[in-house]
Amino acid sequence: MKPATFDYHAPRQLKEAIELLAKLPNAKILAGGQSLVPMMNFRYVIVDHLIDLGGLDELRGITLGNGLLRIGAMTRQRDLEVSPEIAKHCPLMSEALRHVGHRQTRNRGTIGGSLAHADPAAELPAVCAAYDATVHAVSVRGIRQIPFREFAAGFMATALKSDEMIAAVDVPIWRLGHGHGFHEFARRQGDFAITGAAALLDVGVDNVVRRATLTLFGVTASPLRVEAAESRLVGQPLDAGAIRAAAAAAWLIEPISDIHAGGEYRRHLAQVLSSRALNDAARRAGVTA
Amino acid sequence: MSKQGTLITVNGKSYGRVVDARLTLADFLRHEINLTGTHLGCEHGVCGACTVLVDGRSVRSCLMFAVQANGCEVTTVEGLAPDGKLSVLQQAFIDNHGLQCGFCTPGMLITLTELLREKPQPSEQDVREAITGNLCRCTGYAGIVKAALDAAQRLRNGAGKAGAR
Repeated sequence: MKPATFDYHAPRQLKEAIELLAKLPNAKILAGGQSLVPMMNFRYVIVDHLIDLGGLDELRGITLGNGLLRIGAMTRQRDLEVSPEIAKHCPLMSEALRHVGHRQTRNRGTIGGSLAHADPAAELPAVCAAYDATVHAVSVRGIRQIPFREFAAGFMATALKSDEMIAAVDVPIWRLGHGHGFHEFARRQGDFAITGAAALLDVGVDNVVRRATLTLFGVTASPLRVEAAESRLVGQPLDAGAIRAAAAAAWLIEPISDIHAGGEYRRHLAQVLSSRALNDAARRAGVTA
Repeated sequence: MSKQGTLITVNGKSYGRVVDARLTLADFLRHEINLTGTHLGCEHGVCGACTVLVDGRSVRSCLMFAVQANGCEVTTVEGLAPDGKLSVLQQAFIDNHGLQCGFCTPGMLITLTELLREKPQPSEQDVREAITGNLCRCTGYAGIVKAALDAAQRLRNGAGKAGAR
């Protein structure tokens, strides 16, 4: 259970990091290492070069402006979990983070690492899908902004090219007072979810839904926006019937089957968890449904 | 470049070594500087036995390379009882049957030391959530939870003036 030999690089500047990534063969980026290092220990992943971003302070931090939160790729999950800005403007992320691994892994794990790893059952990619986040990919060729739905390319796959790495992610802010809901089912706290659901609701006068997103994760190769549910909600008054109808749209998905659960069971969970997430979101938006 | 210099402060003492880049912090502690209190269970970040504090934060030392800890301050279980005098939490473990075989204990102690430092008045739920990342196969966790709550109470009552360390 020891990783194979590799050369270690600890750049002090982003420019140096992307030059190394462009130049070195079979190189990987080391962010928080909470997924990559286990895979290296198992020798699922064998690299010749590891480029550690731990020394790049410029990739850390949360800034608020222009209607969005910009989160540096190397911002630790724990720092996001306790951030007052995240709690205020992106409450879904705060809640989701409590389900991400354990305290010890959140102390090291980063948002950029989670997104690049792209586990289908991971929480942070689901949050980025829910808010229609934008990923900033950097390389020696420049910066590329990738909408999250294009970034999530498949099972543990992203739209990043081999010489690109994530520098930051932009999360558009919803109106203060929007409601959020996050539920997942896992056999133990901290395990990857078998299925999870994240809901966002913005409600206007007469309880009419102005915006709605419903995102499922752990059911398909990448986080899945349930557009049928969203279109059933927007423009309608929010009540128990509307939530039921929206959650029922989760029946339409085609979930994966694996050793953890069959597709039928996941479909059942998707509907139940969607309903819970939407109800929480409605309540937090000030609607008793 | 597969060998690198690293300078790590462990329990207040500095250790400079040239090591393989692939050497984990856990193996550095156990094999390079012979602090074998940090235990290795799974070596892939599941069991929590290898938990240490790096710059005050609990981390899994099997998922961090020693070269990444260059310039960091590490606290291991040995650092909780610097002069052989047990910390309040350690004493509470003994008094509440918080351990049997002792394999998970170093990780439990470090994790709970962090919790008690940040949350002097934890609920039982807080304690249980804090140790979700630490597996114990002997106690059924009941004694550990009791010990943590007992230690929090003793610390609030002024035991161990240096804090939970």
